[in-house]
Amino acid sequence: MTAHLLTELTIFILAVFVGFEVISKVPTMLHTPLMSATNAIHGIVLVGAILIAGTADAPLGAIAGFVLVLLASLNVFGGYTVTERMLEMFRPKTTTPKPPTDGTR
Amino acid sequence: MSVADKVLANPVDIAYLVTGILFILGLRFLSSPKTARLGNRISAVGMLIAVVATLTQGIVNWIVVGAALLVGAVVGIVSAQRVKMTAMPQMVAIFNGAGGGAAALVAAGELLKYVNSGTPITYDVSFTSVLSAVIGALSFAGSIIAFLKLQEVMTGRPITYPAQQVVNALILAVIVVSWGLVVAGYQPVLQWFWIALVASLVLGVLFVLPIGGADMPVVISLLNSFTGLAAASTGFVLGNNVLIISGALVGASGTLLTVLMGKAMNRSITNVLFGAFGAVKASAAGGGGKGGQNVRSVSADDVAAMLAYANEVIVVPGYGMAVAQAQHSIRELADQLEKKGVEVKYAIHPVAGRMPGHMNVLLAEANVPYTSLYDMDDINPEFERADVALVVGANDVTNPAAREDKDSPIYGMPILNVDKANNVVVLKRSMASGFAGIDNPLYDDPKTVMLFGDAKKSIDGVVAGVKAL
Repeated sequence: MTAHLLTELTIFILAVFVGFEVISKVPTMLHTPLMSATNAIHGIVLVGAILIAGTADAPLGAIAGFVLVLLASLNVFGGYTVTERMLEMFRPKTTTPKPPTDGTR
Repeated sequence: MSVADKVLANPVDIAYLVTGILFILGLRFLSSPKTARLGNRISAVGMLIAVVATLTQGIVNWIVVGAALLVGAVVGIVSAQRVKMTAMPQMVAIFNGAGGGAAALVAAGELLKYVNSGTPITYDVSFTSVLSAVIGALSFAGSIIAFLKLQEVMTGRPITYPAQQVVNALILAVIVVSWGLVVAGYQPVLQWFWIALVASLVLGVLFVLPIGGADMPVVISLLNSFTGLAAASTGFVLGNNVLIISGALVGASGTLLTVLMGKAMNRSITNVLFGAFGAVKASAAGGGGKGGQNVRSVSADDVAAMLAYANEVIVVPGYGMAVAQAQHSIRELADQLEKKGVEVKYAIHPVAGRMPGHMNVLLAEANVPYTSLYDMDDINPEFERADVALVVGANDVTNPAAREDKDSPIYGMPILNVDKANNVVVLKRSMASGFAGIDNPLYDDPKTVMLFGDAKKSIDGVVAGVKAL
Protein backbone atom coordinates (compact mmCIF):
# COMPACT_ATOMS: atom_id res chain seq x y z
CA MET A 1 0.00 0.00 0.00
CA THR A 2 1.38 3.38 -0.98
CA ALA A 3 1.35 6.35 1.40
CA HIS A 4 -0.94 8.08 -1.07
CA LEU A 5 -3.49 5.25 -0.91
CA LEU A 6 -3.35 5.29 2.87
CA THR A 7 -4.19 9.02 2.91
CA GLU A 8 -7.12 8.42 0.57
CA LEU A 9 -8.30 5.48 2.65
CA THR A 10 -8.18 7.69 5.74
CA ILE A 11 -10.34 10.30 4.04
CA PHE A 12 -12.75 7.60 2.89
CA ILE A 13 -13.17 6.02 6.31
CA LEU A 14 -13.61 9.34 8.09
CA ALA A 15 -16.21 10.37 5.49
CA VAL A 16 -18.09 7.10 6.08
CA PHE A 17 -18.28 7.92 9.79
CA VAL A 18 -19.44 11.46 9.07
CA GLY A 19 -22.03 9.95 6.71
CA PHE A 20 -23.42 7.58 9.34
CA GLU A 21 -23.51 10.39 11.89
CA VAL A 22 -25.31 12.87 9.65
CA ILE A 23 -27.70 10.38 8.04
CA SER A 24 -28.82 8.85 11.34
CA LYS A 25 -30.28 12.27 12.24
CA VAL A 26 -32.65 12.22 9.25
CA PRO A 27 -36.23 11.33 10.31
CA THR A 28 -37.97 8.39 8.59
CA MET A 29 -40.45 10.87 7.14
CA LEU A 30 -37.67 12.24 4.94
CA HIS A 31 -36.13 8.93 3.90
CA THR A 32 -37.34 9.11 0.30
CA PRO A 33 -35.94 12.64 -0.22
CA LEU A 34 -32.76 11.52 1.58
CA MET A 35 -32.35 8.65 -0.83
CA SER A 36 -32.99 10.97 -3.71
CA ALA A 37 -30.57 13.59 -2.33
CA THR A 38 -27.76 11.07 -1.90
CA ASN A 39 -28.67 9.76 -5.34
CA ALA A 40 -27.96 13.24 -6.69
CA ILE A 41 -24.72 13.48 -4.69
CA HIS A 42 -23.21 10.36 -6.25
CA GLY A 43 -23.70 12.22 -9.51
CA ILE A 44 -20.35 13.76 -8.46
CA VAL A 45 -18.94 11.02 -10.66
CA LEU A 46 -19.64 13.66 -13.34
CA VAL A 47 -16.33 15.20 -12.28
CA GLY A 48 -14.55 11.99 -13.22
CA ALA A 49 -16.62 11.71 -16.38
CA ILE A 50 -15.58 15.17 -17.58
CA LEU A 51 -11.93 14.46 -16.82
CA ILE A 52 -12.01 11.16 -18.72
CA ALA A 53 -14.03 12.35 -21.69
CA GLY A 54 -12.85 15.93 -22.07
CA THR A 55 -9.12 16.19 -21.45
CA ALA A 56 -6.41 16.30 -24.09
CA ASP A 57 -5.33 12.70 -23.65
CA ALA A 58 -8.92 11.46 -23.43
CA PRO A 59 -8.74 7.70 -23.81
CA LEU A 60 -12.37 7.23 -24.78
CA GLY A 61 -13.67 7.90 -28.28
CA ALA A 62 -16.18 10.67 -28.86
CA ILE A 63 -19.20 8.37 -28.64
CA ALA A 64 -18.13 6.57 -25.47
CA GLY A 65 -17.15 9.90 -23.92
CA PHE A 66 -20.52 11.37 -24.81
CA VAL A 67 -22.40 8.42 -23.27
CA LEU A 68 -20.27 8.65 -20.15
CA VAL A 69 -20.84 12.35 -19.52
CA LEU A 70 -24.51 11.96 -20.49
CA LEU A 71 -25.11 9.25 -17.86
CA ALA A 72 -23.46 11.29 -15.12
CA SER A 73 -25.21 14.47 -16.20
CA LEU A 74 -28.60 12.69 -16.12
CA ASN A 75 -27.80 11.52 -12.61
CA VAL A 76 -26.93 15.04 -11.39
CA PHE A 77 -29.70 17.10 -12.98
CA GLY A 78 -32.42 14.48 -12.62
CA GLY A 79 -31.40 13.70 -9.05
CA TYR A 80 -31.50 17.29 -7.80
CA THR A 81 -34.75 18.07 -9.63
CA VAL A 82 -36.56 15.03 -8.21
CA THR A 83 -35.34 15.84 -4.70
CA GLU A 84 -36.45 19.46 -5.01
CA ARG A 85 -39.88 18.36 -6.20
CA MET A 86 -40.30 15.98 -3.29
CA LEU A 87 -39.16 18.47 -0.69
CA GLU A 88 -41.34 21.32 -1.88
CA MET A 89 -44.35 19.15 -1.01
CA PHE A 90 -43.44 18.72 2.64
CA ARG A 91 -45.12 21.46 4.60
CA PRO A 92 -46.44 21.83 8.12
CA LYS A 93 -50.11 22.27 8.92
CA THR A 94 -50.05 26.07 9.17
CA THR A 95 -49.14 26.93 5.60
CA THR A 96 -51.94 27.16 3.08
CA PRO A 97 -51.68 24.55 0.35
CA LYS A 98 -50.64 25.86 -3.03
CA PRO A 99 -52.85 25.04 -6.00
CA PRO A 100 -51.88 21.77 -7.66
CA THR A 101 -48.96 22.18 -10.02
CA ASP A 102 -49.88 22.29 -13.67
CA GLY A 103 -48.11 20.56 -16.51
CA THR A 104 -46.07 23.57 -17.59
CA ARG A 105 -43.47 23.43 -14.85
CA MET B 1 9.76 20.82 6.31
CA SER B 2 9.20 18.40 3.50
CA VAL B 3 8.88 19.41 -0.13
CA ALA B 4 5.11 18.98 0.00
CA ASP B 5 4.83 21.74 2.60
CA LYS B 6 6.21 24.31 0.17
CA VAL B 7 4.00 23.41 -2.79
CA LEU B 8 0.89 25.58 -2.93
CA ALA B 9 -2.43 23.72 -2.99
CA ASN B 10 -4.14 23.48 -6.36
CA PRO B 11 -7.16 25.86 -6.38
CA VAL B 12 -9.23 23.09 -7.93
CA ASP B 13 -8.54 20.87 -4.93
CA ILE B 14 -9.64 23.69 -2.65
CA ALA B 15 -12.88 23.93 -4.65
CA TYR B 16 -13.35 20.18 -4.23
CA LEU B 17 -12.89 20.55 -0.47
CA VAL B 18 -15.61 23.22 -0.41
CA THR B 19 -17.87 20.85 -2.36
CA GLY B 20 -17.29 18.09 0.19
CA ILE B 21 -18.20 20.44 3.03
CA LEU B 22 -21.34 21.65 1.24
CA PHE B 23 -22.47 18.05 0.62
CA ILE B 24 -22.12 17.23 4.31
CA LEU B 25 -23.95 20.42 5.33
CA GLY B 26 -26.65 19.70 2.76
CA LEU B 27 -27.29 16.27 4.27
CA ARG B 28 -27.18 17.78 7.75
CA PHE B 29 -30.02 20.15 6.82
CA LEU B 30 -32.11 17.15 5.71
CA SER B 31 -32.67 16.33 9.38
CA SER B 32 -35.75 18.56 9.47
CA PRO B 33 -38.48 19.12 6.87
CA LYS B 34 -38.16 22.86 7.56
CA THR B 35 -34.56 23.07 6.37
CA ALA B 36 -34.51 20.14 3.92
CA ARG B 37 -35.02 22.22 0.76
CA LEU B 38 -32.22 24.53 1.76
CA GLY B 39 -30.07 21.43 2.28
CA ASN B 40 -30.77 20.17 -1.21
CA ARG B 41 -29.83 23.55 -2.67
CA ILE B 42 -26.63 23.77 -0.65
CA SER B 43 -25.72 20.36 -2.01
CA ALA B 44 -26.55 21.49 -5.57
CA VAL B 45 -24.28 24.54 -5.16
CA GLY B 46 -21.53 22.19 -4.04
CA MET B 47 -22.04 20.13 -7.18
CA LEU B 48 -21.92 23.25 -9.36
CA ILE B 49 -18.63 24.35 -7.79
CA ALA B 50 -17.05 20.94 -8.39
CA VAL B 51 -18.21 20.77 -12.01
CA VAL B 52 -17.08 24.31 -12.84
CA ALA B 53 -13.70 23.67 -11.20
CA THR B 54 -13.33 20.50 -13.25
CA LEU B 55 -14.12 22.34 -16.48
CA THR B 56 -10.96 24.43 -15.93
CA GLN B 57 -8.85 21.27 -16.07
CA GLY B 58 -7.60 21.32 -19.64
CA ILE B 59 -10.80 20.32 -21.37
CA VAL B 60 -10.34 20.16 -25.14
CA ASN B 61 -13.27 18.03 -26.25
CA TRP B 62 -15.72 20.84 -25.52
CA ILE B 63 -18.28 19.68 -28.06
CA VAL B 64 -18.54 16.18 -26.63
CA VAL B 65 -18.60 17.33 -23.01
CA GLY B 66 -20.89 20.31 -23.65
CA ALA B 67 -23.39 18.36 -25.74
CA ALA B 68 -23.53 15.48 -23.26
CA LEU B 69 -23.95 17.86 -20.31
CA LEU B 70 -26.72 19.73 -22.08
CA VAL B 71 -28.63 16.65 -23.25
CA GLY B 72 -28.29 15.09 -19.79
CA ALA B 73 -29.52 18.28 -18.14
CA VAL B 74 -32.54 18.66 -20.42
CA VAL B 75 -33.58 15.01 -20.32
CA GLY B 76 -32.90 14.74 -16.57
CA ILE B 77 -34.75 17.89 -15.57
CA VAL B 78 -37.72 17.40 -17.90
CA SER B 79 -38.28 13.77 -17.00
CA ALA B 80 -37.85 14.50 -13.29
CA GLN B 81 -40.47 17.24 -13.49
CA ARG B 82 -42.95 15.29 -15.58
CA VAL B 83 -42.84 12.06 -13.59
CA LYS B 84 -45.82 11.35 -11.34
CA MET B 85 -45.12 11.14 -7.64
CA THR B 86 -46.27 7.52 -7.64
CA ALA B 87 -43.56 6.71 -10.21
CA MET B 88 -40.83 8.23 -8.03
CA PRO B 89 -39.17 4.95 -6.98
CA GLN B 90 -38.47 3.91 -10.56
CA MET B 91 -37.22 7.40 -11.42
CA VAL B 92 -34.73 7.25 -8.55
CA ALA B 93 -33.73 3.76 -9.72
CA ILE B 94 -32.98 5.04 -13.23
CA PHE B 95 -30.84 7.97 -12.06
CA ASN B 96 -29.07 5.63 -9.68
CA GLY B 97 -28.31 3.24 -12.54
CA ALA B 98 -26.99 6.12 -14.66
CA GLY B 99 -24.55 7.06 -11.89
CA GLY B 100 -23.39 3.46 -11.53
CA GLY B 101 -22.88 3.08 -15.26
CA ALA B 102 -20.90 6.34 -15.35
CA ALA B 103 -18.66 5.17 -12.50
CA ALA B 104 -17.88 1.92 -14.34
CA LEU B 105 -17.05 3.80 -17.55
CA VAL B 106 -14.83 6.31 -15.73
CA ALA B 107 -12.79 3.42 -14.34
CA ALA B 108 -12.62 1.86 -17.82
CA GLY B 109 -11.48 5.16 -19.32
CA GLU B 110 -8.73 5.68 -16.75
CA LEU B 111 -7.39 2.14 -17.20
CA LEU B 112 -7.47 2.63 -20.96
CA LYS B 113 -5.42 5.79 -20.51
CA TYR B 114 -2.70 3.86 -18.71
CA VAL B 115 -2.66 1.10 -21.31
CA ASN B 116 -2.66 3.48 -24.30
CA SER B 117 0.20 5.56 -22.93
CA GLY B 118 2.16 2.51 -21.81
CA THR B 119 2.37 3.83 -18.24
CA PRO B 120 2.92 1.01 -15.75
CA ILE B 121 -0.27 0.36 -13.80
CA THR B 122 0.16 0.41 -10.02
CA TYR B 123 -1.68 -2.11 -7.86
CA ASP B 124 -3.69 0.74 -6.34
CA VAL B 125 -5.07 1.74 -9.70
CA SER B 126 -5.63 -1.75 -11.09
CA PHE B 127 -7.41 -2.96 -7.96
CA THR B 128 -9.68 0.06 -7.56
CA SER B 129 -10.49 0.43 -11.25
CA VAL B 130 -11.86 -3.13 -11.35
CA LEU B 131 -13.68 -2.43 -8.07
CA SER B 132 -15.39 0.63 -9.61
CA ALA B 133 -16.27 -1.31 -12.73
CA VAL B 134 -17.70 -4.27 -10.79
CA ILE B 135 -19.81 -2.28 -8.32
CA GLY B 136 -20.80 0.32 -10.92
CA ALA B 137 -21.91 -2.32 -13.42
CA LEU B 138 -23.78 -4.28 -10.72
CA SER B 139 -25.59 -1.11 -9.74
CA PHE B 140 -26.32 -0.15 -13.34
CA ALA B 141 -27.77 -3.52 -14.36
CA GLY B 142 -29.55 -4.03 -11.03
CA SER B 143 -31.15 -0.59 -11.22
CA ILE B 144 -32.42 -1.24 -14.74
CA ILE B 145 -34.10 -4.46 -13.58
CA ALA B 146 -35.50 -2.68 -10.51
CA PHE B 147 -36.83 0.03 -12.83
CA LEU B 148 -38.49 -2.54 -15.11
CA LYS B 149 -40.09 -4.26 -12.11
CA LEU B 150 -41.33 -1.03 -10.55
CA GLN B 151 -42.62 0.25 -13.89
CA GLU B 152 -44.38 -3.12 -14.20
CA VAL B 153 -42.80 -3.77 -17.58
CA MET B 154 -41.85 -7.09 -16.04
CA THR B 155 -43.57 -8.94 -13.22
CA GLY B 156 -42.98 -7.69 -9.69
CA ARG B 157 -43.04 -11.30 -8.49
CA PRO B 158 -39.71 -12.97 -7.83
CA ILE B 159 -38.32 -14.71 -10.92
CA THR B 160 -36.56 -17.91 -9.93
CA TYR B 161 -34.91 -20.71 -11.85
CA PRO B 162 -33.08 -23.88 -10.82
CA ALA B 163 -29.54 -23.64 -9.42
CA GLN B 164 -29.83 -19.86 -9.13
CA GLN B 165 -27.26 -19.55 -6.36
CA VAL B 166 -24.84 -21.88 -8.18
CA VAL B 167 -25.01 -19.75 -11.33
CA ASN B 168 -24.49 -16.58 -9.29
CA ALA B 169 -21.54 -18.14 -7.49
CA LEU B 170 -19.96 -19.14 -10.82
CA ILE B 171 -20.33 -15.62 -12.20
CA LEU B 172 -18.86 -14.23 -9.01
CA ALA B 173 -15.91 -16.61 -9.44
CA VAL B 174 -15.39 -15.31 -12.99
CA ILE B 175 -15.36 -11.74 -11.64
CA VAL B 176 -12.88 -12.54 -8.87
CA VAL B 177 -10.52 -14.44 -11.19
CA SER B 178 -10.46 -11.78 -13.91
CA TRP B 179 -10.06 -9.11 -11.21
CA GLY B 180 -7.04 -10.99 -9.92
CA LEU B 181 -5.59 -11.25 -13.43
CA VAL B 182 -5.95 -7.49 -13.96
CA VAL B 183 -4.20 -6.76 -10.67
CA ALA B 184 -1.47 -9.27 -11.52
CA GLY B 185 -0.98 -7.44 -14.80
CA TYR B 186 -1.70 -10.56 -16.85
CA GLN B 187 -1.78 -9.52 -20.51
CA PRO B 188 -3.97 -8.43 -22.17
CA VAL B 189 -5.12 -6.57 -19.06
CA LEU B 190 -7.97 -4.78 -20.78
CA GLN B 191 -9.53 -8.02 -21.92
CA TRP B 192 -9.75 -9.31 -18.33
CA PHE B 193 -11.10 -5.94 -17.25
CA TRP B 194 -13.94 -6.13 -19.79
CA ILE B 195 -14.72 -9.71 -18.77
CA ALA B 196 -15.05 -8.60 -15.14
CA LEU B 197 -17.27 -5.71 -16.20
CA VAL B 198 -19.60 -7.78 -18.40
CA ALA B 199 -19.84 -10.55 -15.79
CA SER B 200 -20.82 -7.89 -13.24
CA LEU B 201 -23.57 -6.64 -15.54
CA VAL B 202 -24.93 -10.19 -15.80
CA LEU B 203 -24.69 -10.66 -12.05
CA GLY B 204 -26.53 -7.37 -11.50
CA VAL B 205 -29.44 -8.62 -13.61
CA LEU B 206 -29.54 -12.06 -12.00
CA PHE B 207 -29.30 -10.67 -8.51
CA VAL B 208 -32.35 -8.39 -8.73
CA LEU B 209 -34.55 -10.76 -10.81
CA PRO B 210 -35.49 -13.03 -7.88
CA ILE B 211 -36.33 -10.13 -5.55
CA GLY B 212 -40.02 -9.32 -5.29
CA GLY B 213 -41.72 -5.94 -5.53
CA ALA B 214 -42.40 -5.59 -1.80
CA ASP B 215 -38.70 -5.96 -1.04
CA MET B 216 -37.84 -3.06 -3.35
CA PRO B 217 -37.23 -0.59 -0.49
CA VAL B 218 -34.27 -2.74 0.54
CA VAL B 219 -32.99 -3.21 -3.00
CA ILE B 220 -33.22 0.47 -3.93
CA SER B 221 -31.33 1.46 -0.77
CA LEU B 222 -28.68 -1.15 -1.45
CA LEU B 223 -28.21 -0.14 -5.09
CA ASN B 224 -27.94 3.48 -3.97
CA SER B 225 -25.21 2.44 -1.58
CA PHE B 226 -23.46 0.52 -4.38
CA THR B 227 -23.36 3.52 -6.69
CA GLY B 228 -21.96 5.61 -3.84
CA LEU B 229 -19.20 3.09 -3.25
CA ALA B 230 -18.51 2.87 -6.99
CA ALA B 231 -18.12 6.67 -7.10
CA ALA B 232 -15.78 6.55 -4.09
CA SER B 233 -13.78 3.85 -5.78
CA THR B 234 -13.36 5.95 -8.94
CA GLY B 235 -12.04 8.61 -6.56
CA PHE B 236 -9.27 6.19 -5.61
CA VAL B 237 -8.59 5.46 -9.29
CA LEU B 238 -8.35 9.15 -10.23
CA GLY B 239 -6.82 10.29 -6.94
CA ASN B 240 -9.74 12.66 -6.50
CA ASN B 241 -10.79 13.44 -2.92
CA VAL B 242 -14.21 14.90 -3.65
CA LEU B 243 -15.25 11.66 -5.31
CA ILE B 244 -13.99 9.70 -2.31
CA ILE B 245 -15.80 11.88 0.22
CA SER B 246 -19.10 12.06 -1.69
CA GLY B 247 -19.09 8.37 -2.50
CA ALA B 248 -18.41 7.52 1.14
CA LEU B 249 -21.33 9.70 2.28
CA VAL B 250 -23.72 8.02 -0.15
CA GLY B 251 -22.39 4.56 0.65
CA ALA B 252 -22.91 5.19 4.37
CA SER B 253 -26.40 6.53 3.80
CA GLY B 254 -27.46 3.66 1.56
CA THR B 255 -26.06 1.08 3.94
CA LEU B 256 -27.82 2.64 6.93
CA LEU B 257 -31.16 2.72 5.09
CA THR B 258 -30.72 -0.86 3.91
CA VAL B 259 -30.16 -2.03 7.47
CA LEU B 260 -33.16 -0.02 8.73
CA MET B 261 -35.42 -1.51 6.06
CA GLY B 262 -34.22 -5.01 6.90
CA LYS B 263 -34.96 -4.41 10.57
CA ALA B 264 -38.44 -3.11 9.75
CA MET B 265 -39.17 -6.46 8.12
CA ASN B 266 -37.36 -8.48 10.77
CA ARG B 267 -35.27 -10.05 8.04
CA SER B 268 -31.58 -10.14 7.44
CA ILE B 269 -30.27 -8.53 4.28
CA THR B 270 -29.10 -11.93 3.00
CA ASN B 271 -32.62 -13.26 3.45
CA VAL B 272 -34.05 -10.40 1.37
CA LEU B 273 -31.43 -10.79 -1.35
CA PHE B 274 -31.32 -14.54 -1.59
CA GLY B 275 -34.64 -15.66 -0.10
CA ALA B 276 -36.93 -15.01 -3.12
CA PHE B 277 -39.46 -14.26 -0.37
CA GLY B 278 -42.74 -14.00 -2.26
CA ALA B 279 -42.18 -17.12 -4.33
CA VAL B 280 -41.52 -19.37 -1.36
CA LYS B 281 -44.49 -18.03 0.57
CA ALA B 282 -46.93 -18.26 -2.29
CA SER B 283 -46.36 -21.98 -2.62
CA ALA B 284 -46.46 -22.54 1.14
CA ALA B 285 -49.72 -20.68 1.60
CA GLY B 286 -51.33 -22.02 -1.55
CA GLY B 287 -52.57 -25.25 0.03
CA GLY B 288 -54.07 -23.98 3.24
CA GLY B 289 -56.14 -20.93 2.33
CA LYS B 290 -58.67 -21.31 5.11
CA GLY B 291 -59.33 -17.65 5.79
CA GLY B 292 -62.10 -15.63 4.31
CA GLN B 293 -65.29 -17.29 5.64
CA ASN B 294 -66.06 -14.68 8.27
CA VAL B 295 -65.37 -11.64 6.16
CA ARG B 296 -67.95 -8.87 6.41
CA SER B 297 -68.29 -6.73 3.30
CA VAL B 298 -69.94 -3.31 3.66
CA SER B 299 -70.87 -0.35 1.46
CA ALA B 300 -69.15 3.02 1.17
CA ASP B 301 -72.07 4.69 2.99
CA ASP B 302 -71.67 2.33 5.97
CA VAL B 303 -68.01 3.29 6.18
CA ALA B 304 -68.90 6.99 5.86
CA ALA B 305 -71.24 6.76 8.86
CA MET B 306 -68.64 4.88 10.92
CA LEU B 307 -65.98 7.48 10.21
CA ALA B 308 -68.17 10.57 10.58
CA TYR B 309 -69.29 9.60 14.10
CA ALA B 310 -65.83 8.64 15.30
CA ASN B 311 -63.61 10.78 17.53
CA GLU B 312 -60.33 9.54 16.19
CA VAL B 313 -59.51 7.83 12.89
CA ILE B 314 -56.10 6.42 12.01
CA VAL B 315 -55.42 5.98 8.30
CA VAL B 316 -52.99 3.18 7.41
CA PRO B 317 -51.79 3.61 3.82
CA GLY B 318 -49.99 0.92 1.83
CA TYR B 319 -48.84 0.23 -1.69
CA GLY B 320 -52.48 -0.13 -2.77
CA MET B 321 -52.92 3.59 -2.15
CA ALA B 322 -50.01 4.34 -4.48
CA VAL B 323 -51.32 2.02 -7.20
CA ALA B 324 -54.81 3.55 -7.08
CA GLN B 325 -53.38 7.11 -6.73
CA ALA B 326 -55.80 7.49 -3.84
CA GLN B 327 -53.75 9.96 -1.78
CA HIS B 328 -55.69 13.05 -2.94
CA SER B 329 -59.04 11.38 -2.20
CA ILE B 330 -57.77 10.39 1.23
CA ARG B 331 -56.88 13.97 2.01
CA GLU B 332 -60.31 15.13 0.89
CA LEU B 333 -61.85 12.52 3.19
CA ALA B 334 -59.68 13.73 6.06
CA ASP B 335 -60.74 17.34 5.38
CA GLN B 336 -64.40 16.37 5.47
CA LEU B 337 -63.94 14.37 8.66
CA GLU B 338 -62.01 17.17 10.36
CA LYS B 339 -64.90 19.52 9.56
CA LYS B 340 -67.06 17.17 11.58
CA GLY B 341 -64.61 17.27 14.47
CA VAL B 342 -62.97 13.92 13.82
CA GLU B 343 -59.26 13.74 14.52
CA VAL B 344 -57.38 12.08 11.63
CA LYS B 345 -53.87 10.66 11.95
CA TYR B 346 -51.76 8.63 9.56
CA ALA B 347 -49.76 5.57 10.57
CA ILE B 348 -46.70 4.97 8.40
CA HIS B 349 -44.97 1.59 8.42
CA PRO B 350 -41.29 1.87 7.48
CA VAL B 351 -41.58 -0.55 4.56
CA ALA B 352 -45.01 0.46 3.27
CA GLY B 353 -44.66 1.09 -0.47
CA ARG B 354 -41.71 0.59 -2.75
CA MET B 355 -39.00 2.76 -1.24
CA PRO B 356 -38.12 4.03 2.22
CA GLY B 357 -40.56 6.76 3.21
CA HIS B 358 -42.65 6.26 0.05
CA MET B 359 -45.99 6.91 1.78
CA ASN B 360 -44.74 10.17 3.31
CA VAL B 361 -43.94 11.57 -0.11
CA LEU B 362 -47.28 10.57 -1.62
CA LEU B 363 -49.26 12.06 1.25
CA ALA B 364 -47.13 15.18 1.14
CA GLU B 365 -48.00 15.46 -2.54
CA ALA B 366 -51.67 15.50 -1.53
CA ASN B 367 -50.91 18.35 0.93
CA VAL B 368 -51.28 16.22 4.01
CA PRO B 369 -49.28 18.12 6.67
CA TYR B 370 -46.28 16.10 7.79
CA THR B 371 -47.27 16.84 11.39
CA SER B 372 -50.19 14.37 10.97
CA LEU B 373 -47.93 11.50 9.90
CA TYR B 374 -46.74 9.15 12.64
CA ASP B 375 -44.03 6.50 12.69
CA MET B 376 -44.87 2.97 13.75
CA ASP B 377 -43.48 3.28 17.28
CA ASP B 378 -45.31 6.54 17.94
CA ILE B 379 -48.70 5.46 16.62
CA ASN B 380 -48.92 1.88 17.89
CA PRO B 381 -50.00 2.80 21.47
CA GLU B 382 -52.59 5.11 19.89
CA PHE B 383 -54.62 2.38 18.13
CA GLU B 384 -56.33 1.35 21.38
CA ARG B 385 -57.84 4.82 21.62
CA ALA B 386 -58.81 5.04 17.97
CA ASP B 387 -62.42 4.46 17.00
CA VAL B 388 -61.60 3.40 13.47
CA ALA B 389 -58.43 2.22 11.76
CA LEU B 390 -58.83 2.78 8.01
CA VAL B 391 -56.48 0.46 6.12
CA VAL B 392 -55.99 1.62 2.53
CA GLY B 393 -54.23 -0.95 0.40
CA ALA B 394 -51.89 -2.20 3.13
CA ASN B 395 -51.83 -5.88 4.02
CA ASP B 396 -48.78 -7.64 5.41
CA VAL B 397 -47.72 -4.67 7.57
CA THR B 398 -51.06 -4.99 9.44
CA ASN B 399 -51.09 -8.78 9.77
CA PRO B 400 -51.45 -9.74 13.47
CA ALA B 401 -50.00 -13.17 12.61
CA ALA B 402 -46.60 -11.46 12.60
CA ARG B 403 -47.11 -10.84 16.31
CA GLU B 404 -48.97 -13.97 17.37
CA ASP B 405 -48.51 -16.92 15.04
CA LYS B 406 -45.07 -18.46 15.54
CA ASP B 407 -45.54 -20.57 12.39
CA SER B 408 -46.23 -17.59 10.19
CA PRO B 409 -43.47 -16.78 7.69
CA ILE B 410 -43.61 -13.14 8.74
CA TYR B 411 -43.54 -13.92 12.48
CA GLY B 412 -41.49 -11.30 14.31
CA MET B 413 -41.89 -8.55 11.72
CA PRO B 414 -42.90 -5.34 13.53
CA ILE B 415 -46.44 -4.41 12.44
CA LEU B 416 -48.93 -1.62 12.91
CA ASN B 417 -51.31 -2.81 15.65
CA VAL B 418 -54.41 -2.07 13.60
CA ASP B 419 -56.32 -4.90 15.28
CA LYS B 420 -56.23 -3.00 18.61
CA ALA B 421 -58.51 -0.27 17.25
CA ASN B 422 -62.19 -0.42 18.17
CA ASN B 423 -63.19 -0.87 14.54
CA VAL B 424 -61.18 -1.71 11.47
CA VAL B 425 -62.12 -0.84 7.90
CA VAL B 426 -60.03 -2.49 5.20
CA LEU B 427 -60.06 -1.16 1.65
CA LYS B 428 -58.90 -3.84 -0.71
CA ARG B 429 -59.27 -4.74 -4.35
CA SER B 430 -60.23 -8.35 -3.65
CA MET B 431 -59.68 -11.12 -1.13
CA ALA B 432 -56.41 -12.04 -2.85
CA SER B 433 -53.59 -12.40 -0.35
CA GLY B 434 -50.91 -9.76 0.03
CA PHE B 435 -47.55 -9.76 -1.64
CA ALA B 436 -46.19 -12.36 0.73
CA GLY B 437 -49.13 -14.64 -0.06
CA ILE B 438 -50.06 -15.09 3.59
CA ASP B 439 -53.61 -15.15 5.01
CA ASN B 440 -54.36 -12.14 7.14
CA PRO B 441 -56.43 -13.08 10.24
CA LEU B 442 -57.29 -9.38 10.59
CA TYR B 443 -59.94 -9.85 7.89
CA ASP B 444 -61.72 -12.56 9.93
CA ASP B 445 -61.75 -10.40 13.06
CA PRO B 446 -65.35 -9.57 14.10
CA LYS B 447 -64.31 -5.89 14.45
CA THR B 448 -63.22 -5.75 10.84
CA VAL B 449 -65.32 -4.77 7.85
CA MET B 450 -64.14 -4.85 4.24
CA LEU B 451 -64.86 -2.38 1.46
CA PHE B 452 -63.87 -4.04 -1.80
CA GLY B 453 -62.85 -2.18 -4.94
CA ASP B 454 -60.30 0.28 -6.29
CA ALA B 455 -59.03 2.33 -3.34
CA LYS B 456 -59.58 5.69 -5.03
CA LYS B 457 -63.15 4.91 -6.12
CA SER B 458 -63.94 3.48 -2.68
CA ILE B 459 -62.63 6.57 -0.89
CA ASP B 460 -64.48 8.87 -3.28
CA GLY B 461 -67.65 6.93 -2.43
CA VAL B 462 -66.96 7.37 1.29
CA VAL B 463 -66.32 11.11 0.82
CA ALA B 464 -69.70 11.47 -0.94
CA GLY B 465 -71.29 9.55 1.93
CA VAL B 466 -69.69 11.76 4.58
CA LYS B 467 -70.79 14.92 2.74
CA ALA B 468 -74.36 13.63 2.58
CA LEU B 469 -74.57 13.02 6.33
